[in-house]
Amino acid sequence: MNKKAWVGTLGVLCLLGLWLLVGCSKKETPAEQPAAPAAAQPAATPIDPNTVASVSGTVKFDGAAPKAQKIDMSQDPACKGTNTAETVVVDGGNVANVFVYVKDGLGNRTFDVPTQAAVIDQQGCRYHPHVLGVMAGQTVQIKNEDQTTHNIHPTPKDNREWNESQPPAAAPIEKNFAREEIMLPVKCNQHPWMKMYVNVVKSPFYAVTGPDGKYEIKGLPPGDYTLAFVHEKLGEQDQKVTLAAKDSKTVDTSFKQ
Amino acid sequence: MHRTKEPALKAVATPYNRALHRFAVFTASATFVLIVAGALVTSNDAGLSVPDWPTSFGYLIKVPHWVGGTRFEWSHRMIAGFVATFTVVLAVWTWLAERRRWLRILALAAFGTVLAQAVLGGLTVLFYQPPAVSAAHAALAQTFFCIAVAIALFTGRRWVEEVPRVELDTRRPSLITLTLLSIFVLYVQLILGAMFRHKGMSWWPHVLHAAIVTIVLTWTAVRAVSLYSKIEAVRRPAVILLSLLMAQLCLGFMAFLTRVAWGHDAVQPELPMVISTVAHVAVGALLLATAAVLAIQVWRHVPVAFEEPVPSGQRKPVAA
Repeated sequence: MNKKAWVGTLGVLCLLGLWLLVGCSKKETPAEQPAAPAAAQPAATPIDPNTVASVSGTVKFDGAAPKAQKIDMSQDPACKGTNTAETVVVDGGNVANVFVYVKDGLGNRTFDVPTQAAVIDQQGCRYHPHVLGVMAGQTVQIKNEDQTTHNIHPTPKDNREWNESQPPAAAPIEKNFAREEIMLPVKCNQHPWMKMYVNVVKSPFYAVTGPDGKYEIKGLPPGDYTLAFVHEKLGEQDQKVTLAAKDSKTVDTSFKQ
Repeated sequence: MHRTKEPALKAVATPYNRALHRFAVFTASATFVLIVAGALVTSNDAGLSVPDWPTSFGYLIKVPHWVGGTRFEWSHRMIAGFVATFTVVLAVWTWLAERRRWLRILALAAFGTVLAQAVLGGLTVLFYQPPAVSAAHAALAQTFFCIAVAIALFTGRRWVEEVPRVELDTRRPSLITLTLLSIFVLYVQLILGAMFRHKGMSWWPHVLHAAIVTIVLTWTAVRAVSLYSKIEAVRRPAVILLSLLMAQLCLGFMAFLTRVAWGHDAVQPELPMVISTVAHVAVGALLLATAAVLAIQVWRHVPVAFEEPVPSGQRKPVAA
């Protein structure tokens, strides 16, 4: 083999190596997800409004509440929000930001995707809300009300990853997530304390606990269900509940560290 | 046609070029600054604060709003641009001014490495920091640093003008084998550390391998210092290697405490975490470059003595 052939072969091998490096370490990227809902959605399974039940309750914390960690926002003068982290928010023994959803029991039922967008607001260099629930395919609208540039960077396991910059007063960014995924992290690489979680589910039967630890899920058809309570740090707890027609049951749970 | 072969790494009749040497030292120093800047990006979790590449927020040069993660990522990109420019100048200058063909090729290789490094940097942004690509970016950065240091060494007055003092190495494994093994274990350690930093691997392979690195480097440095202390070109990098190893072990322990033990639940990168991890990366780069310099000097000053094996049938009886 002459010198030119060696150089050519080496060049091809380098390119092949680079391609393999990217290919092997690239996360699986599901197909593009347009902001608009998919056109051919299966018709929603009808639910008799006269028989629907509801479930509600409170999420408590066992033991002494962990002290909220301080956030140092000094690296950006435009960030003037409260300076405690939202990793575990406990007030009077009640746990906020727990995502509650029907994990099992809905069978093959299908549901209409809401036409109204779920909103994520960046204000005071924090995400509002800290935990969000959406249906797969539902539009998520991201606003920036801060006088600084943020970048919105979801790091999903089952959905497509993206990273977009949003300067002050920029138009809202509209995206959606095609696949079911619980506690999908979203972060801002400009401000490393900015983190939130999007929960993508197939049904409209979900809720997020407020500062009082309370949640309520309405409009469930009668049946046997598994309710999942998911917290970004404290983990997941499942509870079974049987709902008869027009039932209104209470399901409480508690987390400990 | 017969061509005379240039002896490898030997001081052929080439004049000392002070300006070229100083520029090579400057490029190597700038590369060290670039490695620190890159470490600051990772330690501050700012790698994707500028989401586009090769532009930054749509521009090639325009300075963005100087806040948050952008400060680290954008300055890293700008320093990288300067280092790439210095490398082009160094490669062209070496090609034109240098008589040693292998050094001209090394300068070209430096340019090729910096180009590949830029592509890896771009891929890590465009593919959202895949651990293997980000780790390759970190490893190639230190490879380039070693090349830049080697060029600075080869263009130095001592290398060009001195008649090397040579002592044959009869021990096995030879010192050159030990120095090459040192480079290998350091490189493995670099990859394990980079994979951990970029969330592609747990911390324990890096920590376990540190024990192997410590044994190999100590063996190498002690052998070099104890047997070849009269050769300054060998003794000096060996002593520096040992000193840097001690410093690196302490920094590694600090980085483990601040990041793994105390900082795993931190809501944002904290200052002790940033300082200890950046210092750990910086000293790691110096350690690898020192090991490379030691290997080069050992190759030059302590060549391996070979014994020619004589087949047993051909041995002649010797009268006592």
